[in-house]
Amino acid sequence: MFKIIAKEKLCPVIDFIKITAPAVAKKAKAGQFVVIRVDEVGERIPLTLADWDEKEGTLSLVAMRVGTTTFKLSSLNVGDHILDLSGPLGLPSEIANFGTVVCVGGGVGVAPVYPIARALKQAGNEVISIIGARSKDLLFWEDRLRSVSDELIVTTDDGSYARKGLVTNPLKEVLERDQRISRVIAIGPAIMMKFCSLTTKPFGVATIVSLNAIMVDGTGMCGCCRVSIDGVTKFVCVNGPEFDGHHVDWDLLFTRQRIFCDEEKRSLELWKAHHGQTGE
Amino acid sequence: MEEKVKPKLDLNRVAMPRQEPKVRARNFNEVAQGYTWDMALHEAVRCIQCPKHPCISGCPVNVDISDFIKALRDNNMPEAVRILKSKNALPGICGRVCPQESQCEEVCTLSKKGAPIAIGRLERYVADWEREHRTEKASSPNPTSPKGKKVAVIGSGPAGLTCAADLARLGYQVTIFESSHVAGGVLTYGIPEFRLPKAIVNEEVDYVKSLGVEIKLDSVMGKLATVDELFDSGYEAVFLGTGAGLPMLLNIPGENLNGVFTANEFLTRVNLMKAYLFPKYDTPIKIGKKVAVIGGGNVAMDSARCALRLGADEVYIIYRRSRVEMPARHEEVENAEEEGIIFKFLTNPKRFIGNDEGWITAVECHEMELGEPDASGRRRPIVKEGSEFIIEADVAIVALGTTPNPLIPSTTKGLETRKNGTVVADEETGKTVKDGVWAGGDVVTGSATVISAMGAGKRAVTSIDSYLKTPKPRTSDSKQINI
Repeated sequence: MFKIIAKEKLCPVIDFIKITAPAVAKKAKAGQFVVIRVDEVGERIPLTLADWDEKEGTLSLVAMRVGTTTFKLSSLNVGDHILDLSGPLGLPSEIANFGTVVCVGGGVGVAPVYPIARALKQAGNEVISIIGARSKDLLFWEDRLRSVSDELIVTTDDGSYARKGLVTNPLKEVLERDQRISRVIAIGPAIMMKFCSLTTKPFGVATIVSLNAIMVDGTGMCGCCRVSIDGVTKFVCVNGPEFDGHHVDWDLLFTRQRIFCDEEKRSLELWKAHHGQTGE
Repeated sequence: MEEKVKPKLDLNRVAMPRQEPKVRARNFNEVAQGYTWDMALHEAVRCIQCPKHPCISGCPVNVDISDFIKALRDNNMPEAVRILKSKNALPGICGRVCPQESQCEEVCTLSKKGAPIAIGRLERYVADWEREHRTEKASSPNPTSPKGKKVAVIGSGPAGLTCAADLARLGYQVTIFESSHVAGGVLTYGIPEFRLPKAIVNEEVDYVKSLGVEIKLDSVMGKLATVDELFDSGYEAVFLGTGAGLPMLLNIPGENLNGVFTANEFLTRVNLMKAYLFPKYDTPIKIGKKVAVIGGGNVAMDSARCALRLGADEVYIIYRRSRVEMPARHEEVENAEEEGIIFKFLTNPKRFIGNDEGWITAVECHEMELGEPDASGRRRPIVKEGSEFIIEADVAIVALGTTPNPLIPSTTKGLETRKNGTVVADEETGKTVKDGVWAGGDVVTGSATVISAMGAGKRAVTSIDSYLKTPKPRTSDSKQINI
């Protein structure tokens, strides 16, 4: 049992929770994830670490409400417990002094980008961060990203705040104006990571993406999260979650993300019918 | 039923009642329903109590078979339970899933004349009796017993549970670290409810806990802590019972299409996550109309029979060799056939065919023929050129076998592994080349049986015990490692 000790609504559909998990917090590294199961009938879902505090013995998770489990998670309050949590899983991000790096976070992906940007900054890099959301009310952690970045660019798709447009526009400009950029880290919806990779490709800049495949165990024993990297099958949970975006078979990832679409819809409708929609 | 001991030897064993094939093919309830008292007694009196009792050496954990059968027929059930449990902490499980035909029952003296004693069924009867009549928990050993040294067991499958139970009985303070949210390993995620009810697994795990064993769930060792960190935190010996959980793939075109699952994923969803009860349980599963299962082992049979119970119209087993080479238990093949599973022998997939949406629609197969025996001793299957044909399928399950998960070996300095990922350990003692570390079960042998894993867990205990009893100056090298 893992106790929730803080909770905050970051935006209408995205929740922040802090959980007591000292053993995991002690080992956590940027880029890793945990698998959680909320209750006895629950499924296992992966969530990339948004933060952790070894001294405090806590983990911070940020989740967007998209299905039954994230709605369940959102319905929990401070003092409640998550039944199961295992981690830290996956390989940590490669952190080194690369020189100048660009960290791109889209939507809920802003959360997992934050500890990576922080680690890169601590490793001596010049960090340029680009964060984007569909609209102003979906944007969060601008201040956190700013605190670990030398430069921060914010976009909204509808122009309701900061710069109008997608994250790929400033990404392209930054690459055009600054020859020193040696690496790009992009985390967000798969489609955004694909287009970030396409944007950086002509510049030949290494682009790391954190793939969000469907998972069950998260320890390499089922292969549900398999992806194709340069034609070779890899398991996101143990070989990743980070891969070189220029070698990912994006269409396969999109297709596999839809395997349980119908079932997920049905499950969420049932949950909502029993519990009512929360927070909207 | 006749209750007197018959003077003349009965060469036939008492049949086990089972659910009717048509009924059971649509539910997840246990297929085999167990002996009644009359049946158990009738079977037990067939045992001739031969002085050499070869059955005992046929059992990987050396249960005193003739003694527990004698206690059973004397209607001294508590004694039968005591005899059984003194050697085997998980009799309810072994009685159900052991391949007795190639172990204790194979060497039964009666098998020379007729059917061997149904030892597995009697073991199951005694274990089930005990569960129904259990009035109190087994007493836990005094935690402050002089031996109270700490031992870590990694993995709560059959090897780990057996090792932990026996170490606890000797007075050691044992902690099992399990990566999943439920203990039991393959007993929980792999073997389906209709062969091994999870309530029985849970109760046998509870029994192991009642011996004083602590089980830490959600603990992915290698990630949460390394083996050396366990030593640093006070454990004096470590037993690796991490199994072989990494699925092998065919590496043929179309394997990543939607609807193509590894057996591990399919069975984990169904058994561990209870996806067969979706949407009451949150984990979804794809229910295929036509399902193709690739492989010929028990895991293939389990996958096929689960797919059928989920509501498939047609389920195929695609196996590249012929019936006689199938590694699955004969009884399970028979059960599958009775339930209507269709067997395609000497058939091997060439590729999975998909539609525009990325979903599997069919498996293209080759016919095969058998050539000379290969390294495994089985005749090597060879592709018949130009023999391609199509089996329609909207779900395919790949059940080719598994290899050990590299999480522990790759994070443990000084552990030796073979090319196939198995950990090198002494066959008799389970001792690895790393000081203070033992290993047993599938992580050493590659995928094998529940009882052979239990045997390995048991054998390691003797070696661990004598290691921990031997006073030794702490060698500095284990203290130096600090990852």
